[in-house]
Amino acid sequence: MARTVTRITRFNMTSLALGLAFLYLPIVILVIYSFNASRLVTVWGGWSLRWYHEFFNDAAMLEAAWMSLSVGTVSATLATLLGTLAAIGLARGERFRGRALFSGMLYSPLVMPEVISGLSLLLLFVALNAERGFWTVTIAHTTLTMCFVTVVVQSRLTSLDRSLEEAAMDLGCDPVRAFLFVTLPQIVPAIVAGWMLAFILSLDDVVIASFTTGPGSATLPIRIYSEVRLGVKPEINAICTLVIALIAVIIVVASFASKLSGARGESAAPL
Amino acid sequence: MRDVTLGEASAETVRPLSEAAALDMPLLRIEGVAKSFGNFRAVDRLSLDIRAGEFFALLGPSGCGKTTLLRMLAGFETPDEGRILLGGKDIAPVLPHERPVNMMFQNYALFPHLSVRDNIAFGLKRAGMARAEIATRVAELVALVKLEGMEKRKPDQLSGGQRQRVALARSLARRPQVLLLDEPLAALDKKLRESTQAELMELQRRLGMTFIIVTHDQEEAMTMADRIGVMDAGRLVQVAAPRNLYEAPASRWIAGFVGDINLFDGQVVSREHGRLTVSTSEAGPLAVSELWSPVTKEIVSVAIRPEKVKLSRRGPASDEGGSQAINRLDGVVIDVNYLGGVTTYKVKLESGAVVRSSMANTARLNVDAYLAGQRVVAWFTADDCLVLEQ
Repeated sequence: MARTVTRITRFNMTSLALGLAFLYLPIVILVIYSFNASRLVTVWGGWSLRWYHEFFNDAAMLEAAWMSLSVGTVSATLATLLGTLAAIGLARGERFRGRALFSGMLYSPLVMPEVISGLSLLLLFVALNAERGFWTVTIAHTTLTMCFVTVVVQSRLTSLDRSLEEAAMDLGCDPVRAFLFVTLPQIVPAIVAGWMLAFILSLDDVVIASFTTGPGSATLPIRIYSEVRLGVKPEINAICTLVIALIAVIIVVASFASKLSGARGESAAPL
Repeated sequence: MRDVTLGEASAETVRPLSEAAALDMPLLRIEGVAKSFGNFRAVDRLSLDIRAGEFFALLGPSGCGKTTLLRMLAGFETPDEGRILLGGKDIAPVLPHERPVNMMFQNYALFPHLSVRDNIAFGLKRAGMARAEIATRVAELVALVKLEGMEKRKPDQLSGGQRQRVALARSLARRPQVLLLDEPLAALDKKLRESTQAELMELQRRLGMTFIIVTHDQEEAMTMADRIGVMDAGRLVQVAAPRNLYEAPASRWIAGFVGDINLFDGQVVSREHGRLTVSTSEAGPLAVSELWSPVTKEIVSVAIRPEKVKLSRRGPASDEGGSQAINRLDGVVIDVNYLGGVTTYKVKLESGAVVRSSMANTARLNVDAYLAGQRVVAWFTADDCLVLEQ
């Protein structure tokens, strides 16, 4: 087997360093300034945890953070449930009429500009005379993130060996049990990864949330956005650092989960 | 080879049940089964009886419908036409998980998230067997396929041969009436394949179970099976014991698919006392014995297997063919292939036709080896020739 050995040249190192700097320098600066003691964002006044302390005493900000976390959890769970069912229907269901149309429509939120999704959802909620708040944001985020779960789970399902399910049926499982005992354990990592993706997307979103939320139920990104418009407070840096830390943890866990699922996929493949 | 019986070697249909066989129904009866995928007819009105305890091989090139037939027996495909009777009962409405039939998959289809033990126990748990009983049965099976000490491993921690054994044990666990094996040895290397063939045969004999194996490897089918059904384009073209299939193929296609063969087209010019003379353009007049069924057509092919064509410098000694007529063909060796156990030769006749001969290398110092360019006599007896009607 010929294996290409990539040698680390000076050129490679430089381009790698520049690329990483481009991506991460702003974040690093934000993180460093979150520990700034000075009231002015751009002037370094020594190390301090003052702004973290400030954040944990800012009731409005904490409320927004709590709102974001609960919207994220509920909408990610709903999206995972619906998205997984859609993935199963698309990957395993009989070839029903309009299947292509259905899958195209399912993926439309992937390409639809968020402003349009947000506006149409707002119009819907107004038409239904629904009081805007926690549940409208949650429903909006579920529609936004469901298709991402479907993509992740469906790709795992189609890469799965169909003969595993047949083997389960051959050994006495009806189709439902074959799914529960054999297929489900194989796609759990994809489902977990899908949930985390949905959660992060919900946590990230400003546009759709600002259309569908109501007074007194701002999510964290909306709250931050409105604060920043009045001038950047160092407290924002602290909040952002915390959010970055949370997302970093989720990404590590999700990539670990998908690696686990990939390793399993290999052993299921024919020799 | 005069003791070879060839009654059942008729093509297209399965031989009619004899009086004795009619008393005990075949275990599995396939009646006029057909299956199409779109416009493609995968299995075309196929009928076949399989006896209890038989090791049956479905042999054919890829795309001939053998796997589709197997999948219909397992219940993964429903026949468009015809019936499948197991022990006299139609199993068409029976779902895969309720059939007393198990299948060993080509890629083994082991459950990657379960250990060896749990893979083997999977079918037993679904059958609602008691825990203690499952443990004993699994231990038996693990011993049977010689996987002691591997019970806790996951499939990806096993070698190809070990996975094959787990798949076998898993498919035997429910003690099916019929075990279906879909190319079970295709993923193994040659040495392992040969030893596994012997083990499968031993196992089948010991368990007295009916095995139906699908393979495209004629050697594998010949080694293991009691009977072989050759399939082509969705039809069974011949059902016969391995020796009959090889020595008396029903058609030119089968003769070429199962082993190697020399063919000479010609016309019957005389027949007396069970001996035909066929006039061929490529090899002149050939004497052929009419051993089993009378030849009815005039335009025929004379077929001779390479290992039955002998070479010599001056032709056969006078007593070599016994009382049989001997066909002698003069030619020049144009190609020599030393394969260890045998050497194959190509001999070009005066007509330009090429005859293949394969001779066993019985002596280490092979003084008799022929070289390319040498003039030789290729000879064979009338009994070794086969007449194939077009």
